[in-house]
Amino acid sequence: MQLRYLLQRLAFMVFVIWSAITLLFFLPRLSPINPVRERFAELQRSTGWAPRDMERLVKVYEVKFGLNKPLLEQYADYMASVLRGDLGFSIMRYPRTVSELIAQALPWTIGLLLVTTLLTFAIGTAIGALAAWPRSPQWVKGMVTPLVVLAAVPPYLLGLLLIYFVAFRAKLLPLGGAYTLGRFTGPELSLPFILDVARHAVLPALSLILASVGFWALGMRGMGVTVQGEDYVLFAEHKGLKLGRIFYAYYVRNAILPQVTALALALGSIVSAGILVEYLYGFPGLGSLLNSAILANDFFVIYGIGLITIVAVAVSMTLVDLLYPLLDPRIRYGTR
Amino acid sequence: MTMNQNAAPTLRVSNLRVTYYTDAGRVTAVNEVSFALAPGERLGLVGESGCGKSTLALALMRMIKPPGRIESGSAIVRTDKGEVDLFALDEEDMRRARLSVISYIPQGAMNALNPVLRVGQQMIDALQAHVPEMSYQAMRERAEQALESVELKRSVFNLYPHELSGGMKQRVCIAIGILLSPRVIIADEPTSALDVVVQRQVMETICKVQAQIGASLILIGHDMGLMAQVMHRVAVMYAGRLVEVSPVRALFTRPLHPYTQALIQSLPRLDNRGVFRGLPGLAPSLLRLPSGCAFHPRCAQAMAVCAQVVPKPITTADGRFVACHLHDSVDSDLTPAPVLQEQSHANAPAA
Repeated sequence: MQLRYLLQRLAFMVFVIWSAITLLFFLPRLSPINPVRERFAELQRSTGWAPRDMERLVKVYEVKFGLNKPLLEQYADYMASVLRGDLGFSIMRYPRTVSELIAQALPWTIGLLLVTTLLTFAIGTAIGALAAWPRSPQWVKGMVTPLVVLAAVPPYLLGLLLIYFVAFRAKLLPLGGAYTLGRFTGPELSLPFILDVARHAVLPALSLILASVGFWALGMRGMGVTVQGEDYVLFAEHKGLKLGRIFYAYYVRNAILPQVTALALALGSIVSAGILVEYLYGFPGLGSLLNSAILANDFFVIYGIGLITIVAVAVSMTLVDLLYPLLDPRIRYGTR
Repeated sequence: MTMNQNAAPTLRVSNLRVTYYTDAGRVTAVNEVSFALAPGERLGLVGESGCGKSTLALALMRMIKPPGRIESGSAIVRTDKGEVDLFALDEEDMRRARLSVISYIPQGAMNALNPVLRVGQQMIDALQAHVPEMSYQAMRERAEQALESVELKRSVFNLYPHELSGGMKQRVCIAIGILLSPRVIIADEPTSALDVVVQRQVMETICKVQAQIGASLILIGHDMGLMAQVMHRVAVMYAGRLVEVSPVRALFTRPLHPYTQALIQSLPRLDNRGVFRGLPGLAPSLLRLPSGCAFHPRCAQAMAVCAQVVPKPITTADGRFVACHLHDSVDSDLTPAPVLQEQSHANAPAA
């Protein structure tokens, strides 16, 4: 692989991140909601505290967050501070910083979404591969249809059903949260805590898996049907290879290529993929954080989470691009 | 040409019948086909598209997939360890027989090689499936020797299929086909996607390695000219049946079956650049075969009996095989009009 190509690809990645951040910067500004005013209104609603000089207070805080400056100047300031690694303060939860909030929520999201995304990919791809394989039993081939029906149901609806039947009626699993609040004061590294977290994660994970495993199965089956009829799969059988070897090295290995691209994209978007499900289960991840930030138009938290999402997608796309030649030798960059 | 017509045959196919159970009805794609291959013999198999050539090849490899089925027949191969009936083997024994007893060379120029594995790995895969006790080094040596014998460099072992030309890919397929020195090699249109010059070279390579390992060869193809140059005998198939099997020289100078005559007349020739006579009509649908001899609606010499009775295959005094009512009265009167001069034929396709 040529250095030149690598640099080009990295430059493109930086460009993608920059343009996405720029777009993201201006979007929330179209909303008429003023986050500072919103914060005081919220304070007023919850405590009944009404400052006499509300307008002056709002002005003071707008100056503090730099919201009084012209928009373009704010944009320049923001970009400069992002480059310094400073994501600013949360308006709603001042004086906590955006980095702090994200650092708290990110491990939960990555833990839940990374595991479910990988599981979903593995299960869906395996089912799809078997479904398109002519020698599979009929019931395996029939599995895709119900999974696709499930995939048509949004994950939060599945989540609601699961909460109602499994958690509320059958009381098999907790209703929500990431761990039992009374039992532990905070996250700790102990076996009981890990088990407790796992118990809480089952239902959110299940809603996410059931809702998307059908897509993976469908995609893999589509590719599988094409590949299983390819001459090289037939020739492998003419060569007298064992079925296991044909299945893996000649069939799956070729059919899986588009799935891997899709997996990279899915991994990049895990930050945003679970927002509704996290919110539904009161799971303290980035999704819940983003939800509350959007409701309050908390610019800097929205920007911060957006930034992470954008960087994750851009980086994983670049990685897939760079690693793809390992999977498919037909793709080579620069000279051979 | 190491061919011994008198020795016990390497392959004896008897009464092979393959049927596809389609939604539109039963289709007999290969019907009561019998023939034998002498050791080292090269048999060309020709016929129009859809006549059952490839089905015959797949049946011999036991690769007919549902809704197709081998209904009856036997295919007995003579090996060092005695005779085996390919159709009587269980699945696992048949898997072992593929490539080691009977091998199949696909039309490899396009897509027969796995794009994500190196050529060498695909050869090692084949060896591992049959001789797992062999060491990697020995397998690699065997594979590289096979590559050399099809006139490729040893370094091709390390290349991916997309790094090869069409002719090279076809050679790799041939190298794989001979890895385990099978007794019978079936080559299914091995040259049809190659340009004319490469066709000739690839065909010569096939014949060279086939003679080297002493296998018998069935070569399926359309190119009568190419057949004329390298085959010992040619079998002509029509609507699922063999209608004529003759030594190549005799077939071109004195074709017995009217269909063979028509095929040869449709060939372009150096000394006649005018109009070629094509075959009248279309190949029949296997779903609704004409009664009697399937060729009779297109046959210039059809008689009343042809529409009613399927002609019985007969073997002539000089060892030719034909299924046609014109030859029902077996006597020395086997003299249909010679269609072409022999020498003009050998040159025709190169023109």
